Amino acid sequence: MTTSNPSVPPPAVEKKQAPKGPRKLTKAEIRATEAKTKLTSPWATGIAIVMAILWTIPTFGLLVTSIRPQSSIQNSGWWTWFTNPEFTLDNYDAVLFGSSTGFLTYFVNTVVITIPAVVIPITIALLAAYAFSWIEFRGRDLLFVAVFALQIVPLQVTLIPLLSIYVDVGLAGSFWTVWLSHSIFALPLAIFMFHNFMKDIPRSLVEAARVDGAGHVRIFFRVLLPLLVPAIAAFTVFQFLWVWNDLLVALTFAGGTPNVAPLTVRLAELSGSRGQDWHLLSAGAFVALIVPLAIFLFGQRYFVRGLLAGGVKG
Amino acid sequence: MATVRFDKATRIYPGADSPSVDKLDIDIADGEFLVLVGPSGCGKSTSLRMLAGLEEVNEGKIWIGDRDVTNLSPKDRDVAMVFQNYALYPHMTVADNMGFALKIAGVDKSEIRRRVEEAAKILDLEPYLERKPKALSGGQRQRVAMGRAIVRSPQVFLMDEPLSNLDAKLRVQTRTQIASLQRRLGVTTVYVTHDQVEAMTMGDRIALLKDGILQQVASPREMYDKPANVFVAGFIGSPAMNLLSVPVTQDGAKFGTHRLDIGRDELANAGSKVVVGVRPEDVEVRTDNDGLEIEVDVIEELGADAYVYGSPVSKDIHLEGSDEEGERPFIARVDGRNVPRKGEHIFVFPKPQHIHAFNQETGARLI
Repeated sequence: MTTSNPSVPPPAVEKKQAPKGPRKLTKAEIRATEAKTKLTSPWATGIAIVMAILWTIPTFGLLVTSIRPQSSIQNSGWWTWFTNPEFTLDNYDAVLFGSSTGFLTYFVNTVVITIPAVVIPITIALLAAYAFSWIEFRGRDLLFVAVFALQIVPLQVTLIPLLSIYVDVGLAGSFWTVWLSHSIFALPLAIFMFHNFMKDIPRSLVEAARVDGAGHVRIFFRVLLPLLVPAIAAFTVFQFLWVWNDLLVALTFAGGTPNVAPLTVRLAELSGSRGQDWHLLSAGAFVALIVPLAIFLFGQRYFVRGLLAGGVKG
Repeated sequence: MATVRFDKATRIYPGADSPSVDKLDIDIADGEFLVLVGPSGCGKSTSLRMLAGLEEVNEGKIWIGDRDVTNLSPKDRDVAMVFQNYALYPHMTVADNMGFALKIAGVDKSEIRRRVEEAAKILDLEPYLERKPKALSGGQRQRVAMGRAIVRSPQVFLMDEPLSNLDAKLRVQTRTQIASLQRRLGVTTVYVTHDQVEAMTMGDRIALLKDGILQQVASPREMYDKPANVFVAGFIGSPAMNLLSVPVTQDGAKFGTHRLDIGRDELANAGSKVVVGVRPEDVEVRTDNDGLEIEVDVIEELGADAYVYGSPVSKDIHLEGSDEEGERPFIARVDGRNVPRKGEHIFVFPKPQHIHAFNQETGARLI
């Protein structure tokens, strides 16, 4: 949050330069201006609005359904709510505090799963990316290619081997299985992404710090980390959403143990094995959705910029 | 303060056939301002980075004072470096940028503040101490980079083309400022540039490199008056020295019809041809048809003087550096009020005290 707002710099720079007379625009600025004109045309705006509405309708329908009584949910579509408005919080009450569902426990489980599953890979990836970017060692390129290549391994392939390893070392049934699995699956992409961001930082900056007397630890924490905040924020949002919404990994490693299973597993059961509760599905889904939605709204500027920054070079 | 000594320092990049810096031998006195100059890719920046500890030394040694720093890491060398792109930490204020090294060294906060303010005063940066680098102009950023070096009062300043990102006018101003600042602080300085004018104006001594090999180390005056070889002669001075390959006959070396005053002993080892160098300002234009006949192609009027660009009429005489892309012109400085016309034939010959002669094969200086 300490760095500048992404949308502000170009106009600010132009304003500052203005008194010195016109200057040649850089390639990136020309591209930015072109993109801006294209994106602000009435047509583009119109299409964007239509898309936004279309994309939001299902979510809105979910919200409306979740506040309707059970009988209405089972007998008519959510759009009839407009002609026959009803309002009840019974569904939420049942989902969160009902004895048969116990969403609150699962909600806590999800939080307990998600936070370490975001923090662990990012920490390791940052350290690895630093080593790959700024420390010379034998076999560095080969190792980096190997890490990069791991991205193509589908995670489904690893499920059974991992599960048997967890059982062998006695981790089965604990949060560790999910934390470790998510970390393993996230690391190749995280290392690759952070490596690219670190490579974009001018070499002379690191060299200046070295001449100023900084060792690796100081360079990492005092020089590079502050500059990587946007990248870290972007990947945090990315990984958070992924882990929070994950069902496959959670179901495989924690599905059998209710005291570590996350929301998504419970949500799947609502509609599946205990079909009689399906009217609670919408309220449950909305509970599960609210945190990622908040995170996304909060971090979306980092999210968008972070994903673009590596790809488009000025 | 300290002396610096390169002792046959060599750098070979992995995978390269020839060394980027080949057995560099330079002694730099305490408090001296030494300029490393040369065309791009000559190894001047590499030499500086070897001294900073950013580049490995494959052979030879580097000394700062009486310490052998060859294998020390940059932080243990007590040197400060100014980078071409300034390399300011974008997330820190000017004050934090300047105090970063002291903070790492564990200097106490009030002391850091005092030294940063002192340096800021010298560099007129006081109003900007709380700003971030992105809110500064190019010249101010450059001064912050200088300030970051000054604050540390290191043994040696290293500067890697610190002026090349400034506009022409500011560059000339800053050039003088840096030179006078260095004299005032008395810190040994090694300065890298590709611009021979910068080298001439700033340095106590100049070291000229080409292809990783040191060509000459000398004061600017000596470099100009007694270049050690053809390359130095052609590199230092603007416009460049005229270098002509002339035949050696029984009578000696001839410059057109004029016999040059080069001793027999010097010519004895030179072979059948020598390269004669004469600076544009050391050319005399004669009216008595003695010397080298030149056809005037272009006149450059500068007011007080004019530069005449011409080509030798005789097809046997070529200027060194001529190739398929075209002949190098012969350049002569003439009185601005007495300028020959375009197309006119003039006779030129060098003022006797200012002739340079070089071996055709080795390029080494004869007289």
